[in-house]
Amino acid sequence: MRKPPAFRYERGVSVVSRFGALLLLLSLSIGAACGAEPGGVLKAGVFEPARLAPDFTLRGSNGSDLTLSRYRGKLVLLAFGYTSCTEVCPITMAVLARARRELGAAGADLQVLYVTVDPERDSVDRMHQYLANFDPSFIGATGTEEQLAVVRKAYGIVATKMPVGDSYGVAHSSSVYIVDRDGSLRAMMPFGHSADDYVHDAKLLLKK
Amino acid sequence: MIAARWVWLWGMAAAAVLAVILWAALTPVAAGSRDEIFEILKGTWARRMAGDKVEILPQQIRLTLGVRDILVLINRDDVPQTFGPVLMMPGQSFRLPFGVASHYQFACTAHASGQMTVIVDATPASPWTRLRWRVGTLLRSGRWP
Repeated sequence: MRKPPAFRYERGVSVVSRFGALLLLLSLSIGAACGAEPGGVLKAGVFEPARLAPDFTLRGSNGSDLTLSRYRGKLVLLAFGYTSCTEVCPITMAVLARARRELGAAGADLQVLYVTVDPERDSVDRMHQYLANFDPSFIGATGTEEQLAVVRKAYGIVATKMPVGDSYGVAHSSSVYIVDRDGSLRAMMPFGHSADDYVHDAKLLLKK
Repeated sequence: MIAARWVWLWGMAAAAVLAVILWAALTPVAAGSRDEIFEILKGTWARRMAGDKVEILPQQIRLTLGVRDILVLINRDDVPQTFGPVLMMPGQSFRLPFGVASHYQFACTAHASGQMTVIVDATPASPWTRLRWRVGTLLRSGRWP
C-alpha cells in the first residue's frame, strides 16, 4: 500500500529541518571555534571556551564596593594599571573613552573598570579624579596589596615595581579583558588597538 | 665534447635556479590556514616540576599579514598555564588575530626577560618582498612556503 503524500511531505520536512538544524549546529560550532560572533569576527583575542570571569570585590572609586559580578548584563572592559603610568594607561583610557563615545546610546551598556596595580599611591579619590578626566562613567578599583595580588593572579596580570629616579614605576600587563553580559571572560584586546576596534567588538558582543 | 656537456649541464642548472627564483618572486603568497599554533602539551607542568626545561613558546614569534597572521595558543595540560600574555585554563585556546604590521611586546612570565615579542610583517606584495619572505621563511622554518 502506498503511503499518502502528506506523510511523505511531513517526512521530507522533518528530514530537511533536521538537516538544516545539523547545518546550523555545524556552522555555529565552526563559528565558535574560529572566535566568530554572529555577524563577524572579533578584533580581540578570543578565549575558547570562555570561562566565567574570576569575581572580586574591591573598593570602587565611586565610593562603594566594586564587585565584578554586579555588572552582569553590561559589557565590561577590565583594565589594569596605575594613575602615575605615563606610557600605557593614558593611551588606553583615552582609547576606551573614545570608543564609549562612538558607541552612542549603546555606550550605556559598556562599563570600564580600572584596577590599580599601585595601591600605595592610587587612593579612591585619586583614581576618581584621574578617570573623570577620561570619562565620568569609568570606575577604578583599589584594595590592599594582598587583595589586588589575588585579582592579578586570577587574570594572569604581571605587575613589577621598577625604580625610576627617586620614585618608582610599575611595569604591568597592558591588555584589556572583555567580559561579556553573561559574566564570561570572552576576549583580551592587546595594547595598541584603536577605538574603532573596541567599537567593532563591543557592537558584536552587545548584540547578544 | 666533454666541455660542451658541462656547459649544457651548467646551463640547465642555472635555468632551473632562475625558474625557481622567478616563481618565488612572481607567485603570490598564499596559505591554507592563517593560524600559527603553539600548544602546551599534556604533562608539561609535571615535566617542569620534575626539573625538565620545557620551552613552550619562543621569545620571538614572526607572523605575516594575510598569510599567517593569527596566533593560536592552546593549553592541553591539566593545569592552568600562563602562556605568553594570557592565563589559560586546561583545554582552553586563545586566538589572537593581527591586523597591523608592527612589533608587539607582551609581558610573559615564561621568559627570563619577562617579555615576548610578536613581529608581524606586511603582506609580501612585490616580487622582491615575496622572494625575500620565501627565503626568510625557508631559513627560519626549514620548509619551503
